[in-house]
Amino acid sequence: MRFEVKIEVLPREGIANPEGSTIERTLPALGFETAGDVRVGKIIRLQVEADSADAARAIVEDMCDRFLSNPVIEDAIVEVLTT
Amino acid sequence: MSRHVGVIRFPGTNCEFDTIDAINELGGEAKVLWHGDSDPGDVDAIVIPGGFAHGDYLRCGAIARFSPIMDAVSTFARNGGPVLGICNGFQVLTEAGLLPGALQKNAGLKFLCRMEQIQFASTANVVGLGASVGDLLNIPINHFEGNYVCAKETLKQLEAENRIVFRYTDNPNGSIGDIAGISNKRGNVVGMMPHPERATSMLLGSNDGTSLLQSLLSTGRAPST
Repeated sequence: MRFEVKIEVLPREGIANPEGSTIERTLPALGFETAGDVRVGKIIRLQVEADSADAARAIVEDMCDRFLSNPVIEDAIVEVLTT
Repeated sequence: MSRHVGVIRFPGTNCEFDTIDAINELGGEAKVLWHGDSDPGDVDAIVIPGGFAHGDYLRCGAIARFSPIMDAVSTFARNGGPVLGICNGFQVLTEAGLLPGALQKNAGLKFLCRMEQIQFASTANVVGLGASVGDLLNIPINHFEGNYVCAKETLKQLEAENRIVFRYTDNPNGSIGDIAGISNKRGNVVGMMPHPERATSMLLGSNDGTSLLQSLLSTGRAPST
């Protein structure tokens, strides 16, 4: 089966995210005073052939560990979208 | 003395000729190594110069580490061969696992291109020959992702093992511990964000980079003929 997978790559907790903090400092200028913990990352979407959704997730998590994210500074959140 | 230095070119590398000129000025014999080749040939030292290898796609250095030449660089480094990664080359070395940590966007979110003062924190490495801890150098930086970061345990280890090669005297990019360059445990692999090849003549504003490249040449392995 072919699965559509979404991967969110975000800076790890505790790692400075200058893009996020810049946006966070800017939001009050538009009156959004209540926003916090803004973090900017990237989204990668791909399709993968696998026997099950769990298998698809396992394959993509392996991709993330070894290539798509840098575990020193980033977390990857894998979401299998379709079956 | 003839020191053969291989300077790697990836698609997007742009500092290879400055580096080659600087090395040749010092009496070395530098040549370009194409990233798609798996054999570096008979070289005594390898430099991974600055630029934007593979367009910095995904992350700086993330694609470059899959180039065939990088297997040869790993083997060369494992055998004690001197390897210097400058700027993007430093990023490639971290992504390739030859140096710990990572380089993220500058804390001020600005591309920085200017002279910086750095200080030798360790000379037990291939760029430290003839230098003393505490020596101050003016060497330009030219980067957007130069903000060095690593796990706390890694930082402790780097300090304990005397592997922090340079610190900025006035941290420009948010790097942890003001780190501008580090080495591997053995000291034969060094990564640094400042560009020593751009500080090789007073016409360029500084010649403080010369001694680093001279050190690399002097510590180079004897030709294996």
